Amino acid sequence: MANDNLKAIWRAGSMLAFFALVGVVLLVVVQWLTKDQIAENARLMKLQRLHEIVSAADYNNDLLASAQTLPLSIEGLADTAKKYTASKSGTAIADIYEVTSLQGYSGPISLVIGINADNSLRGVRVISHKETPGLGDKIETSKDDWILQFAGKSLQNPELNRWKVRKDGGDFDQFTGATITPRAVVNAVREVLSINE
Amino acid sequence: MSDVNYKQIIADGLWNNNAGLVQLLGLCPLLAVTNNAVNGLGLGLATLVTLLISNGSVSFSRHWVSREIRIPFYVMVIAANVTVVDLLMNAYLHNLHNVLGIFIPLIVTNCAIIARAEAFASKNEIIPSIVDGFMMGLGFLVLLVVLGGMREVIGSGTLFANASVMFGDAAQGLTMQVFDKDYPGFLLAILPPGAFLGLGLIIALKNIIDDRLETKRIAKRQQEKAAAEAASKVIGGVPASE
Repeated sequence: MANDNLKAIWRAGSMLAFFALVGVVLLVVVQWLTKDQIAENARLMKLQRLHEIVSAADYNNDLLASAQTLPLSIEGLADTAKKYTASKSGTAIADIYEVTSLQGYSGPISLVIGINADNSLRGVRVISHKETPGLGDKIETSKDDWILQFAGKSLQNPELNRWKVRKDGGDFDQFTGATITPRAVVNAVREVLSINE
Repeated sequence: MSDVNYKQIIADGLWNNNAGLVQLLGLCPLLAVTNNAVNGLGLGLATLVTLLISNGSVSFSRHWVSREIRIPFYVMVIAANVTVVDLLMNAYLHNLHNVLGIFIPLIVTNCAIIARAEAFASKNEIIPSIVDGFMMGLGFLVLLVVLGGMREVIGSGTLFANASVMFGDAAQGLTMQVFDKDYPGFLLAILPPGAFLGLGLIIALKNIIDDRLETKRIAKRQQEKAAAEAASKVIGGVPASE
């Protein structure tokens, strides 16, 4: 009797092990087949983000290879940032920062911020956010032009103490119904400009 | 088996026993991703493929898998093939994969899939099991698209916006502007409560339709009965006994 039980357990166990093995083989094969494509997709996604700021014609270095990780200790920003440097034939064109603001209304807001060699802003774009649809999401270019206003601005234009949303006594418009989201973006851009100088 | 009732399988999957509407299974992804029709379609397709493969493989191996190990076996089959779907989507439908994010791996936790494995695939031949998986998946997919479409139209006034995420740039023409561009959008529909309200309304609608059908069926049966009684009276000339 005990022997029969043992046999049944043995049988069930080895069956399960066999199917687990089949599963593992299947996963290994699929992963092996797709891994290049997935890595390539991730690379293109990254490049696409940076190309929002610097078009492919404006630089000729390997942008992704120029990435540096910067430690930050600024209130309201995540504690690491990434910095890419675009250059053409050896001359630096722009620095591009990937930072995450922690001051969003409902979660972190990831931004790319491009700064020209003369310390003026080349452009700012949102990579990801969880702001309220219809209110805070006007920071996306597909919803509103708000974020385009940063191009050309610098720490001298407007003055540093005006680098705030209007509600805080600064020069930047908030949107109706949402102050926290634009405030987070404006503050992040200002801080990045300051560290770049 | 020749006595499989495919009509029954189809009716169950699409309507009578719809995974989302009747069994109320897989609500987590259902409620979370349906803020537009394209997301619903994407997750629906992924779930459909998973159901097809898992039902097929569970049915195929049902004679070798003993009762004691069947649950871990289902979990393994489902987890393996969701991972495969996840990897394939990441590789070939990258944009959609980004949009659906965590909800693809979470298909593993969709009880509708393990429920079909246990309730149907483990007891039936491979072909009916695959048909069952397809129909259950299709029922779920249609619900996701309807709910997503409903929320999208009410919430932002468009239908199939971002279709290009899924089908490439050629599909840009699929996007429909249902209300005019100035439509401010009814935010509630896109936010999570909109999912619950929308699903509730669809379930209510289904129940109304079922009720109507049932009343009609009863009325018809009574009519037939009455007609039969009348006929028997005329022919027999003797009143039917109580």
